[in-house]
Amino acid sequence: MEVGLNHFLVVSTFLFSMGIYAIVTRKNAIMVLMGVELILNSANINFIAFTRFGNFGLQGHLIALFVIVLAAAEAAIALAIVLNIYKTLSTVNIDEIDNLKD
Amino acid sequence: MNVYDIIFYLFAALTLVSAFFVVTNRNIVYSAFFLLFTFFGVAGIYVLLGADFVAIVQLIVYVGGILILLLFGVMLTNKITNVEIKTGTINIYPAVIGVGLLTGSLLSALIQPQWRTLPVEAPMPTTSALGTMLIHEYALVFELLGIILLIALIGAASIARREK
Repeated sequence: MEVGLNHFLVVSTFLFSMGIYAIVTRKNAIMVLMGVELILNSANINFIAFTRFGNFGLQGHLIALFVIVLAAAEAAIALAIVLNIYKTLSTVNIDEIDNLKD
Repeated sequence: MNVYDIIFYLFAALTLVSAFFVVTNRNIVYSAFFLLFTFFGVAGIYVLLGADFVAIVQLIVYVGGILILLLFGVMLTNKITNVEIKTGTINIYPAVIGVGLLTGSLLSALIQPQWRTLPVEAPMPTTSALGTMLIHEYALVFELLGIILLIALIGAASIARREK
């Protein structure tokens, strides 16, 4: 079977699902960040696959580049926040950070 | 089955298998290292799709930047004396069911429509075309991204260094 658009879409779907799974099940905040990175990568695969198999010029490539830049900014900010949480509460487990509940 | 297909299946298997280990491994450092292979596999898929510049940027920014940042995060938020850096999991069974349903519906939604695809032409180098687009019709977006990166880096430094 010739590798076509659908193959790439299936790969990106599974990558997206695993990102969602990591976000939902992991306690550690950094693992949640890794899940977000997986999701962004799957979105990028979709953009570039549709660019390749459709007639969209190179705009999909540009969008993918913008997504990569925003992912870098997001990772930097999120890790700064996680470090601050660790300094304040001595834990990065998301289910233990519930100070506002009391 | 030609060479292109074989390489595609290799990269897809590398990406998906290592992503599976990322989300299931209990040791967070192992997860970070498997994430490296996932990013390599995704870069290979970009190359197969004719996106050479995006693949290089993926390698430089993700593998060289974001992954190192995540590893620093792992090291700084765990006690180094504690050899086993484990991470707990919650909601396994509801998550498996929900993610399975999500995957199934996404797959059916993606496979069902007959996407109208054009005949694929030989991949061309994209770098100069992308550069031209960035300084012509996408100049505003380019400048805004620069400002966003600057603000994000200053903000990250100031948040992480704030004294109590």
